[in-house]
Amino acid sequence: MKILVCISNVPDTTTKVKFVDSDTKLDTTGIQWVINPWDELSLTRALELKDDPSAGVKSVTVAHVGLPASEPTIRKALAIGADDAFRVNAAPADSYFVAAQLAAVIRKEQYDVILCGIESSDYNGSMTGGMVAEFLGIPSVSAVSDIKIENGSPLLTREIDGGREIVTVPMPFVAIVQKGIAKEPRIASMRGIMTSRTKPVRLYEPEAEEPLTGIKVYEKPSPRAACKFIDPENAGQLITLLQNEAKII
Amino acid sequence: MSVLVYTQNWDGRFKKSSFELVSYGSKVAEMLNTSLVCLSVGAVSDEELKKLGNWGGKRIIRVDNDYCKVLDNQVYTDIIAQIALKEDARVVIMSDNSEGKAVAPRLSVRLKAGMASGVSKLPLSVNPFTLYKRTYSGNAFAHMVVNTDIKIITLSQNSFDLVETPNNAVIETSNITVDGSLVRTVVKESQKQTGKLLLTDAEIVVSGGRGMKSADNWGPLVELAGALGAATACSRPVSDEGWRSHEEHTGQTGKVIAPNLYIAVGISGATQHLAGVSSSKYIVAVNTDKDAPIFEVAQYGIVGDALKVLPKLVEAVKELKK
Ligand SMILES: Cc1cc2nc3c(=O)[nH]c(=O)nc-3n(C[C@H](O)[C@H](O)[C@H](O)COP(=O)(O)OP(=O)(O)OC[C@H]3O[C@@H](n4cnc5c(N)ncnc54)[C@H](O)[C@@H]3O)c2cc1C
Repeated sequence: MKILVCISNVPDTTTKVKFVDSDTKLDTTGIQWVINPWDELSLTRALELKDDPSAGVKSVTVAHVGLPASEPTIRKALAIGADDAFRVNAAPADSYFVAAQLAAVIRKEQYDVILCGIESSDYNGSMTGGMVAEFLGIPSVSAVSDIKIENGSPLLTREIDGGREIVTVPMPFVAIVQKGIAKEPRIASMRGIMTSRTKPVRLYEPEAEEPLTGIKVYEKPSPRAACKFIDPENAGQLITLLQNEAKII
Repeated sequence: MSVLVYTQNWDGRFKKSSFELVSYGSKVAEMLNTSLVCLSVGAVSDEELKKLGNWGGKRIIRVDNDYCKVLDNQVYTDIIAQIALKEDARVVIMSDNSEGKAVAPRLSVRLKAGMASGVSKLPLSVNPFTLYKRTYSGNAFAHMVVNTDIKIITLSQNSFDLVETPNNAVIETSNITVDGSLVRTVVKESQKQTGKLLLTDAEIVVSGGRGMKSADNWGPLVELAGALGAATACSRPVSDEGWRSHEEHTGQTGKVIAPNLYIAVGISGATQHLAGVSSSKYIVAVNTDKDAPIFEVAQYGIVGDALKVLPKLVEAVKELKK
C-alpha cells in the first residue's frame, strides 16, 4: 500500500499577517514558513501506519505544488520520515489549480491512500482534498479524525454535524483529515535530517490549467471597540450590560 | 437561470442554519434578478419543507431515494450537480459545515465552477462576482473573484441574519436517476448526539481555558451555559488534558465558530485560539491577568478569578430570567 500526503506551505500560525502592494499580496518579510498544521498531523498518522507492520504500508510520499522557495518545507517532511516526495513546479494559484496538478501526478504515480488536511491556515479553503478526489473519480471521506487499516481495508472515523461515524471505502480514496488524526506532530530526528538530503524529490512541470478564482484584495478585520472593564466584586453587572447595552442576551 | 440552495436536514428536520442559507440565497437571487430554488435530499415531510417558504423559498425540490441514506460524497455531488444543471443554476450555496465542506469542492470540479468557502457576507458585487471570505484563520478577509459561469459558495454559519419573507412554497419531487454504483461509503458504526445544542449552532458559547485549573471546576461554567441557553467550549490544552471532550475544542485546529456572544473564561487569547472565535459578534473575557491578550479582542472584561466570578454571573442570569 502506498500513502500520499499532500502538504501546503503556510506562514507560522503565530504570524501577524500584513499585506503589501495596496493590500493585494501578503507581506512575506520575516515570515517563518511551516508545514500546514493539519498536513503535519496527517504525515504523522501516515508514518504511524507505516510503523505498524499489520497495516501493510510500503511507502509514504509527500506531494506539494509550489515554487522552489518551498523546497525547505518538503525537506522538513522528508526529515520527519516520509520516504520520498514530488513537487509540481508552479505557484499555487487557487485550490482548483492545485488539485488539478496533484491529480495529474497521482494518475501517473498511483497511490492507494491520499491524505489531505481539512484546510490550509492561509486561504482556509477546505477544498483541495475533495477536488483531487473528484478529478480522479474516487471516493473521499471528509472530517476524518482517525484512520486504521484492518485486514487491508481502511476504517475511517468521520465527524458529521452532530455525531461521528466509522465508515469504510474501497481504495484508492482521499481522506480529508482533521483534529484527532494524530496527537502530536512527529518531529525530525538528527538522523532524519541527515537522510532527508538524499531522499528523492521528483520534479514535475505543471499541466496547462487555469485557476477559477482570484483574490482581488485583502482586508483586516474591523477593529473592535475597546474593552469595558467591570469590577469583579460586582460581576453581575456584566449580565446587565449584555442585556441592556449590547442587547445580546 | 436560478440560484440553488442546498438545505441539509438532520433526521428530517431543518435548523436555523438551513433558514439562514435560504434567507441568504433569496437575497443573492434578488441581486442577480433571478429566482431561488431550494434542494432537499432525503426523507423530509411536506410540513417541514414548507418551513423554507418563511425565509424566501418559493420552489423546493425534493430528492429522496435509497442511495442518499448515507452521506456518500460522490452520490450527493451527483444529485446536486444534476439539479444545478437542470435548473440552470448560476450560484449554488451550501453551508460551510461538515457536509458542505465534504461535498462542495467535488461539485466545483464536477461543474467546473469556481468556489469560495467560508463566505460571511452577501456578494460584494455581481459583476465581477466578488465574495467576502475568511483567510489567514480570521486574521484577514479576502475579496475573492469567481470567474466561472457557475459559482459555488459555502456560507459561514451564523454570519447572515434571517430575513422573514413568508410565501407559499411549492414542493416538487424530482425523478432524477442516481447511478447506484457511485455508492461506495459503507457505515460500520454511527454515534449521534441527539438533543444536545451543537457548538457550531449555538448563539451563545461559554468557554473555559487552562485558567479553570482542573476538570473538577467546570460546574459553575456549565451552569452559566445552561442558564444562558448556551453551548460549552474550551481551549486546546483543556481538551488535550482530557478535562473536556474534544468536540468542545475551538481554534485553529478545532472548531471555528461565530456565535453572537463568546464568553472566554481563563483563556489567554493565543492567536491559534482566536483563529476559531474571532468572528464572534461580542467577546467577553474573565481572566486574572489584566494584560492577557484576550482583553484586546474583548468588548467586556472582568479581571478576576474565574471560580469566584462564575457563581456571581450564574446568580445574575438567574435573577434576570425570573
Ligand atoms: C499549530 C498550533 C495550533 C494550535 N491550535 C489551537 C487551537 O485550535 N485552540 C487553542 O485554544 N489553542 C491552540 N493552540 C495552542 C495555543 O497556542 C495556546 O497554547 C492555547 O490556546 C492556550 O490555552 P489557554 O488559554 O487555555 O491556556 P493559557 O495560555 O495557559 O492561559 C490560561 C489563562 O488563564 C488565566 N488564569 C489563570 N488562573 C486563572 C483564574 N483563576 N481565573 C481566571 N483566569 C485565570 C491566565 O492568566 C491565562 O491567561 C495551538 C498551538 C499551535 C502551535
